[in-house]
Amino acid sequence: MDRRIRRLGLGLVGLFALLFAQLAYVQVIHADHIKGQPANARRQIIAEYKVERGPILSADGVVLARSVRNPERRAELRFQRVYTDGELYAGLTGYYSRIFGRAGLEEAANPFLSGDAADLAVSTFTDLILGRERKGGAIDTTIVTDVQEAAAEALGNLEGAVVAVDPATGDVLAAYANPTYDPNTISSGTDTDIVEAWDAISTDPDQPLISLAKDELFLPGSTGKLITASAALENGIDPDADRWPNPRALELPQTTTMLQNFGGSHCNGGSATVSMAEAFQQSCNVTFAEIGLELGARQMSEQAQAYGFCPTDPPGQVECEESTIPFLLPWANGRFPVPSYFTERQPQLAFSAIGLDNVLTNPLHMALIAAAIANDGEMMQPRLISAVRDPTGKVVRELDPEQYGQPVSDATAKQMRAMMLSVTQGGGTASSAFAGFPIPVAGKTGTATNGPDRFPNAWFTAFAPAGPGDTARIAVAVIVLDGGSLGDEATGGQVAAPIARAVIDAYLR
Amino acid sequence: MSEAAFPAVSTARRPVTGLWLLIVALAISLLAYAMAGLGLNGRTPRDIVVYGAVFCSAFVAGWLVVRWTAPRADPVLYPTATALAGLGIAMLYRIMVARGQSSIAREQAMWLLVGLAAFCLTLWFVRDDRQLNAYTYTLGLVGVVLLLLPVVPGIGREINGARLWAEIGPFSFQPAELGKIFIVVFLAAYLTDKQELLAAGSGRFGLPRVKDLGPLLLAWGGSLAVLFLERDMGASLLFFGVFVVMLWIASGRASFLWIGVVLFALGAWFGFLVFDHVQTRIDTWMHALDPSKVFDEGYGQLAQGWFAMATGGIVGTGLGQGSPTLIPYVGSDFIFAAFGEELGMIGAVALLLLYLILIARGLRIAMERSDTFGKLLATGLTTILALQTFAIVAGVTRLIPLTGVPLPLVSYGGSSRITTFIMLALLIRVSSGPLTRVGRPLVRVRSHSSKAKAPAHG
Repeated sequence: MDRRIRRLGLGLVGLFALLFAQLAYVQVIHADHIKGQPANARRQIIAEYKVERGPILSADGVVLARSVRNPERRAELRFQRVYTDGELYAGLTGYYSRIFGRAGLEEAANPFLSGDAADLAVSTFTDLILGRERKGGAIDTTIVTDVQEAAAEALGNLEGAVVAVDPATGDVLAAYANPTYDPNTISSGTDTDIVEAWDAISTDPDQPLISLAKDELFLPGSTGKLITASAALENGIDPDADRWPNPRALELPQTTTMLQNFGGSHCNGGSATVSMAEAFQQSCNVTFAEIGLELGARQMSEQAQAYGFCPTDPPGQVECEESTIPFLLPWANGRFPVPSYFTERQPQLAFSAIGLDNVLTNPLHMALIAAAIANDGEMMQPRLISAVRDPTGKVVRELDPEQYGQPVSDATAKQMRAMMLSVTQGGGTASSAFAGFPIPVAGKTGTATNGPDRFPNAWFTAFAPAGPGDTARIAVAVIVLDGGSLGDEATGGQVAAPIARAVIDAYLR
Repeated sequence: MSEAAFPAVSTARRPVTGLWLLIVALAISLLAYAMAGLGLNGRTPRDIVVYGAVFCSAFVAGWLVVRWTAPRADPVLYPTATALAGLGIAMLYRIMVARGQSSIAREQAMWLLVGLAAFCLTLWFVRDDRQLNAYTYTLGLVGVVLLLLPVVPGIGREINGARLWAEIGPFSFQPAELGKIFIVVFLAAYLTDKQELLAAGSGRFGLPRVKDLGPLLLAWGGSLAVLFLERDMGASLLFFGVFVVMLWIASGRASFLWIGVVLFALGAWFGFLVFDHVQTRIDTWMHALDPSKVFDEGYGQLAQGWFAMATGGIVGTGLGQGSPTLIPYVGSDFIFAAFGEELGMIGAVALLLLYLILIARGLRIAMERSDTFGKLLATGLTTILALQTFAIVAGVTRLIPLTGVPLPLVSYGGSSRITTFIMLALLIRVSSGPLTRVGRPLVRVRSHSSKAKAPAHG
């Protein structure tokens, strides 16, 4: 009988061995697959909300987003995300919603904020050993609150966007777009509150979740002449000595369409010929169309690509798999047609030379172009995070500025600077906006047609200080949609330039 | 059985060892309670001093009763049970506080004390297990009555689709829980009587004669009746399992085992064809994670249990820091998943090892006894404990379809706690009964082994 009892014991141990094997399967071998099931989302969220997520800080140390303990002691979700001045920074911070996921920095920097990143392993492990509550890391952004606030204030309730970067580092000093939304409403509160707020935001016809600063694309209009002028200078055209015929309107090849100057005016007071520098200061369409046609599709396309534009073949819409210019946040960088597109379409080349047809861009990309010119032709990648720190404040990772490329030579950059400086001075298209402004500013206006029934979009992109020996410290791009407050009468110089001035003023003074 | 599973050097009959183990068990229990509070609220539970005092004094008192009424008893069983009960209360406290129902945790702690009292009373009244041998058929009858009580109109009540409950006056309980003790005692006594008859003589092809199969078929029919009348898969499986095992142990005929397996397969197949609730159990088991069903009743419970254990991983989230309350019925059927989530695979395995210790000691007690009745009683009680633990843990981990039996000593439930404590009392009683050599327990039963004679005790 004892032998059978032993065998029974062996059998029961065998049964338990099956349990151990099954536990190993569920808890270790197959665990990631099991817990990754969509039906387990609730548990993952609760686990996420147990961590005191790290704060998002501005360059000047202001807390833009932080986690605070839920006032309800036994709440399932221990922490809530709070955004100081949520609407002002929504385009950068994004949101952290337990129902609708993450966006913006909350998504891009999630491993740091949640403490999952390898850089924070020492700190989270210490928390574990000491039985402390786990905390995420803090991220230092490059955002300067004064600049961001000035941008929002200057834009007011106009629909548009402002981006400011540091030319030498690519640091994003400000990026503000209107319309915006309050991330607090979709990040904290009851499930019902969050769903209601989300419904309101996501069905809003103005689409506040899509940032006008970086997610949408617009015709650059005359700010696109920065590309044409750069291509001309790189290809040996002299800005002053080379003279161009100056008709009131340009007859285009292959068509009967005439290309006109802004408002049908005659460039440079109707002189017989005009230099590129004069045409740049007054933003003459006819001259730049002539230059574009003279340069040809290849030169134009190559220059645009050097500035980070994604080559596309409209209407085939060849989209770049990833953004050409790397950035922490998802964004849509500019597009410029490939040379073959123009082979049978010479008029389109002329229109592309003045930033129309299928040339597309947005304020972030335009600010980077102005910054490249300001930085002696060296283009920096946009940088939004400068450092990650552990909960004790120790820096665990620094993110150094990175160069994107050299779209134009140092000499070309100097010549561009001189031409752009003239835009804000007597006779320039932005002279009235900068009259009496003590800092020399180099800029370019743009007034882009915006479809048949809408007022034009007003552009201005600039950098400062832009005196011949100055090191530029800020580059700005502004877009105001649908003519802003001036409607049909709007021009980049009148509507967008004053906003850029306010932003430059806030940073440099 | 390997030497390692039943260690050669006995710790038995050394009271000091037992006391040390008990102290460790009490420390584990209180530590778990404190950690659950810390994980949950960031502070130790306010009532830990009161709870600790009551818990410790009650279990030390229980230990003294063991020392007094059964001085030669196995020293490991009681502390192991203490640790399991303490961990169970800590987890129930953690679950119920998170649900805002801490009164239920207190209630379960009360039931623990009642169970401990039943444990002491059993030891007090049953001074020699062979007393029980005298009432073979009376005990059997009581067992059957208890088993069938929930079916009686006016007394039985149906909860969650199973008819397990009996209600007499203000009390409601699960009589089948208590019934299984009586059945095991009856089987031990009955098989002791008929041992020689069953062992002798075989029919054609080495199979038992038809008339020897009678009791087996009767038990099979009874189990199916329980399944049919009470829709209780767990109890049905447990009764049949323990019956087949005891029949085999007593008769020495492995053919009973194989016939039992065949009958079980037939019964399971029959049950699957005839009973909706069996079909449902199989379907929830197979398709628990099916996205279209994963939030449905039954499926959701199994899925959430898996999610919890997978989330726990190797080391777990820490007591009070997971989300076991997302699992339906986590306090009763699924408490093991809560351990898996918060203590990880390490904790879950440790918990199972505690049960394995109980099982190993139980079978060892059986082998140390000199008489057939004691051997069969200890084997039967241990088998019930083992099969029940296996059934619920395998069900929760989706190794087999879920049968809703309580995890002994740990799950929510008064009837189960009391029953398990009485079973432990009986095991302890058996361990202090007549041994292979009176006064000198033989640790190693195999005589051909040379090294291991147990040390003598003064």
